[in-house]
Parts: sequence; structure tokens; C-alpha cells
Amino acid sequence: MFKEFEPEWEGFKPGKWSSAGINVRDFIELNFTPYDGDESFLEGPTEATKKLWEQVMDLSRQEREAGGVLDMDTKIISTITSHGPGYLNKDLEKIVGLQTDKPFKRALQPFGGIRMAQQACKEYGYEVDPEVVEIFTKYRKTHNQGVFDAYTPEMRLARKSAILTGLPDAYGRGRIIGDYRRIALYGTDNLILDKGHQKETHFVRMTSKNIRLREELSEQIRALEELRELGAMYGCDISRPAKNAREAVQWLYFGYLAAVKEQNGAAMSLGRTSTFLDIFIKRDMDKGILTESEAQELIDQFIMKLRIVKFARTPEYNALFSGDPTWVTESIGGVTVDGQHMVTKNSYRYLNTLNNLGTAPEPNMTVLWSKRLPQNFKRFCAKMSIKTSSIQYENDDLMRVIHGDDYAIACCVSSMRVGKEMQFFGARANLAKCLLYAINGGVDEVMKVQVGPKYRPVVGDYLDYNDVMDKYDQMMEWLAELYVNTLNIIHYMHDKYSYEKLQMALHDRDVKRYFATGIAGLSVVADSLSAIKYAKVKCIRDENGIVVDYETEGEFPKYGNDDDRVDQIAVDIVRMFMDKIRKHHTYRESIPTMSILTITSNVVYGKKTGNTPDGRKHGVPLAPGANPMHGRDTHGAVASLSSVSKLPFKHAQDGISNTFSIIPDALGKDTKIFAGDLDLDSLRSEAENED
Amino acid sequence: MNGYIHSTESFGTVDGPGVRFVVFFQGCPMRCLYCHNPDTWQPHGGTETTVDELIGAFEKNRAFYKNGGITCTGGEPMMQPRFLTELFTAAHEHGIHTCLDTSGICFDPDDTGTADGILSVTDLVMLDIKHIDDDMHRRLTGHSNTGILAFAGHISRVGVPLWIRHVIVPGWTDGADEQERLGYFIGGLATLKGLDVLPYHDMGKRKYEELGIPYPLTDTKPVSKEEAAEARENIMHGIKKRLKEKK
Repeated sequence: MFKEFEPEWEGFKPGKWSSAGINVRDFIELNFTPYDGDESFLEGPTEATKKLWEQVMDLSRQEREAGGVLDMDTKIISTITSHGPGYLNKDLEKIVGLQTDKPFKRALQPFGGIRMAQQACKEYGYEVDPEVVEIFTKYRKTHNQGVFDAYTPEMRLARKSAILTGLPDAYGRGRIIGDYRRIALYGTDNLILDKGHQKETHFVRMTSKNIRLREELSEQIRALEELRELGAMYGCDISRPAKNAREAVQWLYFGYLAAVKEQNGAAMSLGRTSTFLDIFIKRDMDKGILTESEAQELIDQFIMKLRIVKFARTPEYNALFSGDPTWVTESIGGVTVDGQHMVTKNSYRYLNTLNNLGTAPEPNMTVLWSKRLPQNFKRFCAKMSIKTSSIQYENDDLMRVIHGDDYAIACCVSSMRVGKEMQFFGARANLAKCLLYAINGGVDEVMKVQVGPKYRPVVGDYLDYNDVMDKYDQMMEWLAELYVNTLNIIHYMHDKYSYEKLQMALHDRDVKRYFATGIAGLSVVADSLSAIKYAKVKCIRDENGIVVDYETEGEFPKYGNDDDRVDQIAVDIVRMFMDKIRKHHTYRESIPTMSILTITSNVVYGKKTGNTPDGRKHGVPLAPGANPMHGRDTHGAVASLSSVSKLPFKHAQDGISNTFSIIPDALGKDTKIFAGDLDLDSLRSEAENED
Repeated sequence: MNGYIHSTESFGTVDGPGVRFVVFFQGCPMRCLYCHNPDTWQPHGGTETTVDELIGAFEKNRAFYKNGGITCTGGEPMMQPRFLTELFTAAHEHGIHTCLDTSGICFDPDDTGTADGILSVTDLVMLDIKHIDDDMHRRLTGHSNTGILAFAGHISRVGVPLWIRHVIVPGWTDGADEQERLGYFIGGLATLKGLDVLPYHDMGKRKYEELGIPYPLTDTKPVSKEEAAEARENIMHGIKKRLKEKK
């Protein structure tokens, strides 16, 4: 499809990627160099990196002192080209580009919802320009307004009671990963050419579906043109492919930057870039035009930029996510479908930024773990995990079967083939609360109002397992339907009012869409049902007959101890709820999936969930993700992990997360005071030599 | 038959080589002042457990124990010799590496049959020598160390690989002389393969409170890693001294 082998590709092995259209995976497969060695080649930060990082640390301090926000744009609406170039220190920066004209100045992004944008400003003492407010209230509808126009009263109530929670109805849905590598490999001109071709070759009959596609492709082309302009503002001609490593990192970063300028998404993940970039770095090194220190500098400065991505968000939003996360997830390592590991020197360089710049939660470094990763890399990962606690691990052997070898993780666990699959992020259904609704016939135990359907509540003093399961089954049926319908509205409106044109421009035309639902409170549900089944659980009712507390007599098996009696309950709940989700129509022919993944929001969900039959009290956090409840896994880490690993991936394909903490001393002996391999003969000769 | 088992730990990283499935036996005749598992003292507490249950729990997660195995500790596993022997025999039938963490207090030098039965299915013994001096040993644990030291020699003669564990307790086992004496003794053990010096910690305190037993070492401070490393050097010095003589 391309006219010729671009001069910038000199030195790369040609293939389908260069002759038959956009194909980053083919490029990587043909050109990457696996690395089996250890970390000894790595370099520390350059002087320029150190200076820039000091500046960032200083700005961070100022931001903290200013109450969490240093500066906000209240007038200019953020678009790909809205702001002129901004720098930390132009002379020292190898990789350039900021979200606004100044570092740490947060952009104004009202397309998700003007009220959210206003509130975010107000909380930090800023005020959105009245003219902007007027435009986005009177003349330009937002995603948020669209959603609330369509919500049913039941949806609003479920949202308020937090049985459905974290719904992306007032902010960007995120979780879409543009294939930012395409810019480095092809340049925007080729991408625009390709999009033009896509537009010319789709169905000609003007159904609403095809009209929308045509409109979206036009939007995408416009976004790519703006992206080219963004590069030009910083003096870079990104219309052509990158010709060296610095350009490759820079071009790729421009793509990501454009995405965060356009979208304030709940998770704005990066993709799978390290091994891709290694190809460019290695080419330069082979030519003798790049040293290891210079290569590390490019990566350090790139990562630095990712670390200072900031959005204007409200304190409630930050409370939900326990901080101000951007989920710049980068997927590292993994194995090809042929069984060759994909660790390169650049995989090490990415992790080495945790040494060079210190530890940080962002970008979210995620190692795609496989039995087949090289031993040296495994050891390095373990070492870095012990040192920094900053690495996330995901099971490549499990995901590769479904997604092949060029997928990446969005947010924390959502796997998607880069540039070929996207997802409609679906927040979570609180299954712990749903269990309480089953017991109370749809009455919310905290708000004390009817939220769910008025089914028959549990009668009698003691809970009966079969009775509760029967009621729970029906209540989950209701919840699943309401949940899917609510998400259908949200994603319809997001596409309509806040379409991710740049990110989707970095996808194929015919993408596979996932409808990514999620659940919270799994371990509370499993333990509660186990208590009901194996112990005796007595109901405590308030003056209106609502069950508000429970008394448990006797012992019961708890999830997290590799005990099938309760683990099987957890497995069944996952399957049951997913099957209920599957029954419903999902927006845009998307494929329903489910995640078990609350990493931080479990704290807020706990606040909104009353006492539960497992003995958990109102306000106590739910366990994160698929974790056992805190302190209930008493048989050690392997037993705890084994319980989690029983959860069926095919019913939770959007990912299962487990937060694992362990003190370093529990990982093994300190070599200083322990000698495991005493060799008496060599000790003897050592003793003799001492004399 | 059933064993009285206090608990199991599925991710044992400090009780023998590799990642291990650790079985805590119920019951111990010793009353070491620094004991951090007083909840395992009573012989008939815990949960009655079968060999199959324990082997089953191991087998379920076998992948994790590739370089490890099963460790029996407690409590004192040799208080339940028949169950211990059955467990280790079954483990060997399953190709599982077996490690016995013991104080050696149950060893009878005049009738070694029971111990020999256990040793025949044991791949590694971790023998915890509380004190090298018999008098101090009595004061520290309530028992003489004669049988324990004899057990060390016996294990070595039978040919089972041996690790010596030793807890450094301020005021009790922190003397350089005693440490060197200990080293000198263990330097004479032909199958010695490891030395595990453990700094005293007071993390067992809470358990005493829960059990309503007064904590004997209220004023004793935990030992730092540096102090433990120094103790290790002293012991190593004793070992080398012995090795030179042996030649």
C-alpha cells in the first residue's frame, strides 16, 4: 500500500509492515533482538536528566504546598493543538511536549462534562471562564448532559446508592490505547493515507451505522492532521517516519501527548512500546551514533514526561481512586506466539527508570510474565520489585492464548490487542451490596429506601443458604440488566459527545469492541455465603424490619486459604454474574467481558456498603480486586494466591487483579547471617590459609 | 493415623531450601524462654489432620515448590514420631524433599530406633541447638542438652545432611566464647551443610498475652542483623578451629 520503502526505514528488515499496510506487530517480530543477559549494561541518569528531574521534584513540592494544584487553564479548551509549545528546560530536554504551555498547568477539558470541569476548578480556587461555561451549557452539549437526558429514575437511584459505582458518566471513559507506535514507524502522512483508503472502501449504503463510520473516519483524519501540527509546533516533522531513536521516542510521545490533550480519561494507558523502541535504539547503536547512556537518557526523559501527565479532577474523584491516577500503563516483556520471549535491553531500560528517577506509581510498569521469560530478567524484576514495590505482573501465558503477542494492558488489567481492539469501560457492580439487597428485598441498607425491585425479603432469624442463594440469583439478574443498560447509555453518549478521535485514528477501521463490565466485593460475597452455608448467621433487624447486622455462630471456611468449599462459591458467583451480563444487548455489537479489579476504589465502596454476613462492618473497605479479605488468608501466600487463581479467566476476561504485599524478610534469608551451602573442605583450606 | 497439627504455611521461605510447604506440629516439651510459638506447646491441641490431607495440600500447588519441599516444624515434630515418619514416607513416595526442623529433645541415645526410622525418610535436618553449655541450656529451656548434642553426632554418622540453627539472645547466647564453643562442636559434624543464625525477636509477645502466659524475656531487646552477622563470624571461627585440628 505504501509507495516505496521509506528512506527512514533503512536498516530494518522489510516485510508485510513495509509493503502491505499498517502492521506494527510484523515490524516488531521481524526486527526485534531478544536479550538474555543481565542488567549490568545499564547506565545511570545523565546530568541533564538529573537537573530536569530536580526541577520536576521542585514543581511537585510547590504543587503540594499549593494544595494539590499549581496552575489551571480556565479559558483555553484543550485540544491537540490548543496550546503553543511548553518546556521544562528547552536546552536540556531530549524529549519535548507538555499538555499546556507550562509544566504542571492542568488543562481545561469540558467535553466529558462542564460541571465536572467547573467543580474541579472551583475546588482549587479557580473559576472557568463564564464564556466557556455558557458555550458548554447553551450551545455545546457534553457527554454528561447526554447521559442524564437518557438515564431512567432507577439508574439514577442505583448510581446514588452505589450499587453501580464509578460509572464514567461525568468524565472521560478512558481505557482506550492508541497504537502510538504507528506514528514513529509510519509518520502521520502514511497514516492519513491509510485512513483515506479506509474511508473510500467501506460499504456505500448510507445506513446510520455507515454514516457514523464515515463521520468518525473524517474526524480521525482531522485528528492526525492536528497531530502533525502539534509536532510542527515543537519543530518536528512527524509527517514522515522517525529516522533515529530520539525521533522514534519523540514521535511516539507526541501521539500519547495528543491523546491526553484531547481526553481526560479514567485510564490513559501507553501500550506496549519498550521492545518496539528497542529496535530503533539498537539500529542507532549498531551505526555507532548512540551510546547506552544516551539511550537511557531518552527513556528516562520520556518516562519523566509520562510521570507529569496531569488532569483537572475533583476531590471526590481523587477520593474514589485514592490519589490522582492516570494509569499510564506500559506492558513489558511477554512471549511471541512462536514461544520466543520479547525481553529486550529496552525492557531493562524502562524498569531502570525506577532507579534513575526513583520510584513512582506512574507510569504503571507492567511485566507480562511468562514461564519462558529469561532467568536474568526474572531475577531483575524480582530485585526491582523488592527495591521499589512499583511493578505490576500479569500472566502472559494466559492472555497470549486470547490476544496473541501484541496486546497491551489498559488501566490495570484490561488486555487488548493494540490498535485492533478497544473497550467500553464499565466501572463496577457492587456484588456485596447486591447480596444485602437480596436479603432485604431491594431495600438499600444504608439509605433505607427501595432501590432494587421489591422482591420478598428474607424472613426469620437465621439465614438459610438455599433461600439466600435463590434470592441473590434473582437480584443479580436485575442488577446485570440495569448495569448493562446504564453502560449502553453512557457509551452511546460518549461516542456522540466526546469521541476519542485521535486514539481511534491509531486503530484499524474495523475494531473489535469489548463491553468491559466489572464487579466489586467478591471476597465479601464468598465469605458471607460461606458463613451462611457452614456456620449459623443470625439477622439483626432495625425498627423497620430491615436487616442491618449479622451475628455469626461457629467457624466457616474463608476465601484465600485454598479451601474449595468457599473458593468454589467465588468461582460460581463470577460465572453466574457474567452469564447474566451475557444475556443483554450491548452497545455497538461489543463483546461483554468482566473484570475483578478494584485496586483503590474498594475503600470508597466499603464506606457505602452496610454490615455484611461475613462479619465485615459498615465502612470497612472491601478487599481490592479478587483479593481475600484482609487478614483472613491465614495459610500463607501460596494458598492465598491459589484461591485467586481458581477464578475463571474465561468469565473474567477483562482481568483479575490481586494486590500482594510482603515484607522483604519473608522472601527468604539474608545472606549476611545465613550460610546455606557450607562446604567443610573449602572451609578447612580457608582456615589453614588464615594462619 | 492422625497428627495434631497447629497450622500450615503454604509459602515458607525461611525454613529450609527453596519455597516450602511448612507443617507446624502441635506439642513441645521444651520451654525455651524466647519461644515465639507458645501456642504449639500443648500436645493435643490444633487440628487432627491426615497424611493425605497434607500431601494433598502440597500437591495442589506443587509448581510453587519446584526447588523446595515439605518442612515439619512446630512445636516439636518428633513428639509425634509415627505420624512424622508416615508423612515423610508418603512425601518420598511423591518425590518431595523432606526437611525436619527439630530441637532434638526427643532423641534417646540408648534406643535410636524411632529416630532412625524418621531419619531414613529425611533429606535434611535443621537441628536447633539452643545453647552449647549444659547448665545454661537447662536454665534456658528446662532440659539438658546432652541428648541433643548426641543427636547431632548421630545424624552426622547416619549421613543425613544437617543445618544447625542457633538463636542469638541477649544475655544468653551473645557471648563470643560460647559462640566459638558451639562452632567448635558443630565443626566436628561431618554432614554439616548450613548454619542459620537467627536474631532473637519479640514478635511472639502478643501470643503470650492472648494465652495469658507471662512473657519471660520482657526486658530483652531484639537482636539486630549486624549482631547476628557478628555471632555468625564467631561460630564460623570455632568451626574452622575444629576443622584444622581434625586434619
